[in-house]
Amino acid sequence: MTFLLDGEEIPFIPGQTIMEAARAAGRYIPHLCWHHEFRPHGSCKLCTVKADGRFGAACTVAAREGMSVENRTAELDDKRRTLLQMLFVEGNHFCPSCEKSGGCKLQATAYELKMMSPHFDHFFPDRPVDASHPELLLDFNRCILCELCVRASRDVDNKNVFAISGRGINTHLIVNSPTGRLADTTMSSKDRAASICPVGVILHKRRGFAVPIGDRSYDKAPISSAEES
Amino acid sequence: MLMVRHSIAPLRVPSDNKTKREYTVSAREHAEVTTAVLERHHRDPTRLVQILRDLVQAIGYLPGHVLAVVAVQLKLPYARVAGVAGFYHFLDLGQKARYRVHWSDNVIEHMQGSIELCEEMCRRLWIEPGRVSEDGLVSVGYASCIGMGDQGPALLVNGRTVTKMTRERVAAMVDAIRAGTAVEAWPEEWFAVDDNIRRRDILLNHSLKPGAALRAALARGPAAMLGEILTAKLRGRGGAGFSTGQKWQACREAQGEARYVVCNADEGEPGTFKDRVLLTRYADLVFEGMSIAGLCVGAERGLLYLRGEYQYLREPLKSILAARRAAGLLGRDILGSKGFNFDIDIHLGAGAYVCGEESALIESLEGKRGTPRIRPPFPVTHGYLDHPTTVNNVETLACACLIAENGGDWYAAIGTPKSAGTKLMSVSGDCARPGIYEYPFGVTVAQLLADCGASDTQAVQVSGPSGVCVAPDEFGRHLAFEDLPSAGAFMVFDDGRDMFQVARSFAHFFAHESCGFCTPCRVGTSLVKNLMDKLNAGHGSSHDINELFKLHRLMQSAAHCGLGHTACNPVVDTLNKFRPAYERRLHSLEFEPAFDLDYALSQARQMTGRDDPGAHLGNES
Repeated sequence: MTFLLDGEEIPFIPGQTIMEAARAAGRYIPHLCWHHEFRPHGSCKLCTVKADGRFGAACTVAAREGMSVENRTAELDDKRRTLLQMLFVEGNHFCPSCEKSGGCKLQATAYELKMMSPHFDHFFPDRPVDASHPELLLDFNRCILCELCVRASRDVDNKNVFAISGRGINTHLIVNSPTGRLADTTMSSKDRAASICPVGVILHKRRGFAVPIGDRSYDKAPISSAEES
Repeated sequence: MLMVRHSIAPLRVPSDNKTKREYTVSAREHAEVTTAVLERHHRDPTRLVQILRDLVQAIGYLPGHVLAVVAVQLKLPYARVAGVAGFYHFLDLGQKARYRVHWSDNVIEHMQGSIELCEEMCRRLWIEPGRVSEDGLVSVGYASCIGMGDQGPALLVNGRTVTKMTRERVAAMVDAIRAGTAVEAWPEEWFAVDDNIRRRDILLNHSLKPGAALRAALARGPAAMLGEILTAKLRGRGGAGFSTGQKWQACREAQGEARYVVCNADEGEPGTFKDRVLLTRYADLVFEGMSIAGLCVGAERGLLYLRGEYQYLREPLKSILAARRAAGLLGRDILGSKGFNFDIDIHLGAGAYVCGEESALIESLEGKRGTPRIRPPFPVTHGYLDHPTTVNNVETLACACLIAENGGDWYAAIGTPKSAGTKLMSVSGDCARPGIYEYPFGVTVAQLLADCGASDTQAVQVSGPSGVCVAPDEFGRHLAFEDLPSAGAFMVFDDGRDMFQVARSFAHFFAHESCGFCTPCRVGTSLVKNLMDKLNAGHGSSHDINELFKLHRLMQSAAHCGLGHTACNPVVDTLNKFRPAYERRLHSLEFEPAFDLDYALSQARQMTGRDDPGAHLGNES
């Protein structure tokens, strides 16, 4: 069974989403909250495509025989650029001083989609970092609320270290302790949740610049052709 | 590990005439109260929102140590409990206040003077809006529309509704708060809620005795009753207008061990209050409609999701449920029909507009954050606890009773071809007779305006902020799914009103109510709000207007649910129909610097308590 992705035939197995089928065929649909190891979440909306004329998130819409899906069109990439700009201005992202630079999916996707400026006024939220844990640092300033750490900790580590609180623009990541400190949770640097963050929120301490800038995953190849980590 | 003393002692609510010291109860006492509340809810994690609501009522706030006790006893992660508390407006309380005042923040009530009255109240209490007083006595803030637009300005005090606020009432209320008078001892007339029924048709004029419609449905049998609903062409009254019969049929045919009927009484669309009246005067009809739905789909349990703002209706509704049980209309083998078992619980919301979306409502019923689910699957196959569930509006369920009694053909003949039956409209704003009007579908906007005594009308917001703003040249349009669909709000603005401010108030509403799950809505609603504030401050240009259209297109195509899809409707509608209201705010149609030097100093002025000319910068300097 096949469907068309930007005019190209993509095979799929019934039950697969557009995203899954595209990935299996080596085709890139921009995304941030989707990860092949986890169930779809559908919050970042970067993977918004037009399937038979209807907008939908490629990570949640099931592939159908003969459907025609628009992906990398000017219209959709323009919307994706705006979504990226929204993510950049709602947090505090300073790429030049970020340890994740070059390995950051937000940054890499922004390069892929040729985002040239943040466009909107910055929100400059006040989000203190949590350096309480002996091995891990949490820099909430960079959180894009993809909930990959929430899902990894819950579904893989069986720990529920992370959760989401607040509402609207005040939605934020919290950790599983009344003190609000990561050190008071059961988090370990070996957890899947410790290595899943697509941006620079969950960082391993004392491991700065282990891979030099310039040699990092998205320095070598754009995210559209890089292997998913 | 937290040590918790188990106790079933009644809840201790602070009584009058105690000093502040006596209100400072220890964490240990909080743990006792918490344990009692948890026991009352059988330590059922799906009742988390109910548990947290009761704890706010008993303790006055939700400190971390209380959430920790809840988490331990419900065997939930602490972060999960804190995440739920942080989501709901009436639960997000880190600081204690003995009196929590929430003014209804609806544009209709702004027009009735609510902002000035709220400021007056804050001035008299020496507090800032949104903050708890230093002595922990009182907080005064805003909540989204509380469903009293026909008798505002209204507010909530510790969850209880007070209507028709005036300067005199503000003064008296401040005195009662200062004196420490318990809310229960406040004058009864402050809490009076009028029905304001202005026009009745088949629904409000019905003469069904409790049980009559259910008897008729039982006599028809489940399949034939469902057939009548399909014949009647009944469509959902919550706004979307999906076929009720098809929904019930899908739920009935879905695979599942248990089925559920959910009544959506989370009437959160600003300007809507028709369900309030149905639940006040016609609750039997609503519960009976739920029972008929239960019969048709094969459900044994019904849940009524009552919006948190209607807390005052919970006890009366419970009494009606008890009376129906006593009359054999709920419970086992209903009306002697062997194997027809059905009962109803009431679940109280906690202040979240998005929970009106059916999958978010189900999440909330399960004790979670009210985040809309990924659809499909739809609730009819995977709803409450993943079981087949039909979610129907209060009015839809009431209509089902009329169809059970009179048949589908009778019902389908009323209204228009695609919109059978009648519709309740909640009329508020600039008119002589605000209240509830029932019309057959197809009535014109002009007819309704004439009937409610509106004159010099500039615009009508039909179906609330997520609906349509109608200008005078469209007053001949019909209220029906074919033309102007409506969830029931009808807000009237006369030509003295500034439609830009109306739209700006709606933009603030959506930013406040976005659940925060998806990027376009979470950030987009705040960007729209900020742009509207920028225009309001006189710093906008036509570039900003283009930006509003761009954000609208993005949110319409990429948002996760209807809230985001429709959030820009009021802005775009008013931009298209009332453009001068925007353009007179633009200093230049081309470019205007966004940065305001003087505004940048406002924080410094507040900190130093200065507001003299020397503390201001001229923008031209």
